[in-house]
Amino acid sequence: MIVTRGLTKTYGRVTAVDDVALEVREGDRYGLLGPNGSGKTTLVRMLLGLVFATKGEIEVLGRPVPKQVMRVLPAIGALVEGPGMYPHLSGRTNLALFDAAGPGSSRRDRRRRVGEALERVGLAGIDKRPVRAYSLGMRQRLGLASALLRKPRLLILDEPTNGLDPRGIREIRDLLTELNDEGTTVFLSSHLLAEIEALCTRVGVMDRGRLVVQDDLEKLRAPTGRVLVGTSEPDRVIALLDGKVEHREGQLLTVRHPDAGALNADLVAAGIRVTQIGGERRSLEQVVLDATTTSSDRVEAA
Amino acid sequence: MIRVELAKTFRRPRTYVIAGLLCLLPLIVAIFLATTRIPPPPGQGGAFLSAVLSNGALYPAAAMALVLPVFLPVSVAVLAGDSVAGEASAGTLRYLLIRPVGRTRLLVAKLISLIVFVLFAIAAVLVTAYLTGLLLFGSQPSAGVALPADVTSLSGVTITPAGLVLRLLGTVAYIVISMLGVAAIALFLSTITDSALGAAMGALAVLVTSQVLVTLDAAAAIRPYLPTRYWFAWIDFFREPVLWRDIERGAGIQLVYLAVLLGAAWANFMTRDVTN
Repeated sequence: MIVTRGLTKTYGRVTAVDDVALEVREGDRYGLLGPNGSGKTTLVRMLLGLVFATKGEIEVLGRPVPKQVMRVLPAIGALVEGPGMYPHLSGRTNLALFDAAGPGSSRRDRRRRVGEALERVGLAGIDKRPVRAYSLGMRQRLGLASALLRKPRLLILDEPTNGLDPRGIREIRDLLTELNDEGTTVFLSSHLLAEIEALCTRVGVMDRGRLVVQDDLEKLRAPTGRVLVGTSEPDRVIALLDGKVEHREGQLLTVRHPDAGALNADLVAAGIRVTQIGGERRSLEQVVLDATTTSSDRVEAA
Repeated sequence: MIRVELAKTFRRPRTYVIAGLLCLLPLIVAIFLATTRIPPPPGQGGAFLSAVLSNGALYPAAAMALVLPVFLPVSVAVLAGDSVAGEASAGTLRYLLIRPVGRTRLLVAKLISLIVFVLFAIAAVLVTAYLTGLLLFGSQPSAGVALPADVTSLSGVTITPAGLVLRLLGTVAYIVISMLGVAAIALFLSTITDSALGAAMGALAVLVTSQVLVTLDAAAAIRPYLPTRYWFAWIDFFREPVLWRDIERGAGIQLVYLAVLLGAAWANFMTRDVTN
């Protein structure tokens, strides 16, 4: 769906995006993670032909961008750095105007499509109030509705849950999962780790313009070779396993062991009561911390 | 896209506020003239003003002379300056471009909606001025319209009402071309900066500089090439016979400015990173 090779963007002496090889496959829910200022937005803008790359190639939906971007964009719904709407017009009028501005939308079913999109994002009941009077969350939903208006094959969303409350975030996550199940590829960027971990199947991590990690979430969160064991008799476990216990915190032990099932069988055979057991997995946070060097908004003395 | 652009222009209250203000100025002037009956001495004050007291039918031309030097170019500069920069700062430019609307197409649509606005504003001024003229000054009962002495420097020349309409149409066309020159400056600046105010200010700075230099004898060498040099050439439409020389030169200069600035605006916009 999206492939970039050696993608680089420099503004004067600042390198915003540095040699990025992005790969988003059909059907992915791809999460691009990175702190503010790591180049996510510039990358997204280049994919949409808004910003021109200094070096490198971009291919979206099998076509080169920006060369054939006009043929690519009709199949894409996007949200870039917050929604942009005409503040003096109502939400419906805004959607209709944007719909009428470009190709591939028929006038006859416009009203119906606008209605459906608004319903999907939970704005079915909006009235004639101008967008000026909307809350940040309502605008965000309206922006999403605008992206969904023509049933795109690919959704490119930059910080889609900005300004939403926890319930709103959950609704949008469910909506995106639903769309993905219907066959839409979802590419989203966020600086919120938990959001990506909860939604995405594939993760890319940006750090100072570079794509430092890109893999399936399942693979990134590989087992660490340790097992977490909860027991009411921690001392007996330590005695039995002899040196394999790496960490003890009350009744919770971290044991170096490749297989939680086998360990459980051993403990039960020895007559030890196990209250909980499970293989430890790397958290996405650990992955990100390992891959990135320092917080991007720290300013160290030279 | 052109339809969308027009819808955007004519759904904004400010379009009507600007047109209303443009109509208001000649109305105020007319009220003062009609109540005091003190005409400006011939050759001074706004063109045609001394003539309208005896013939209200000339008031549309007088109204044009009132709004042209400042009011109309200011409104055109403000709207044209806002056209791209305003969309950029409102965050709607990126959504138009990914809709997708081609960049060339967007500029053309902006330009056309500006032309339509200028026509709309001029028409509004002409209609209100015509009605004001008839109501406050009355019209000559005869079929002929006497051209004012301060313009023709020949008194007693009369033209038919149809001739007057024709000359007014020529005036409108000429003023539209002049205002397009203003629009092109502001539109070009609008593709450079994201500040609508900055683009409008820049365009006005160019116009004010040009108007100052036009009156300066020391700058006589460049005078024929200044954008505002021939702005008032349309008054020559009301001479008998019509004096075409300045009209042709003025239109020619505006077309050159238009081509160069629109070309520059296009080239800049096509290659520009949209980062807001």
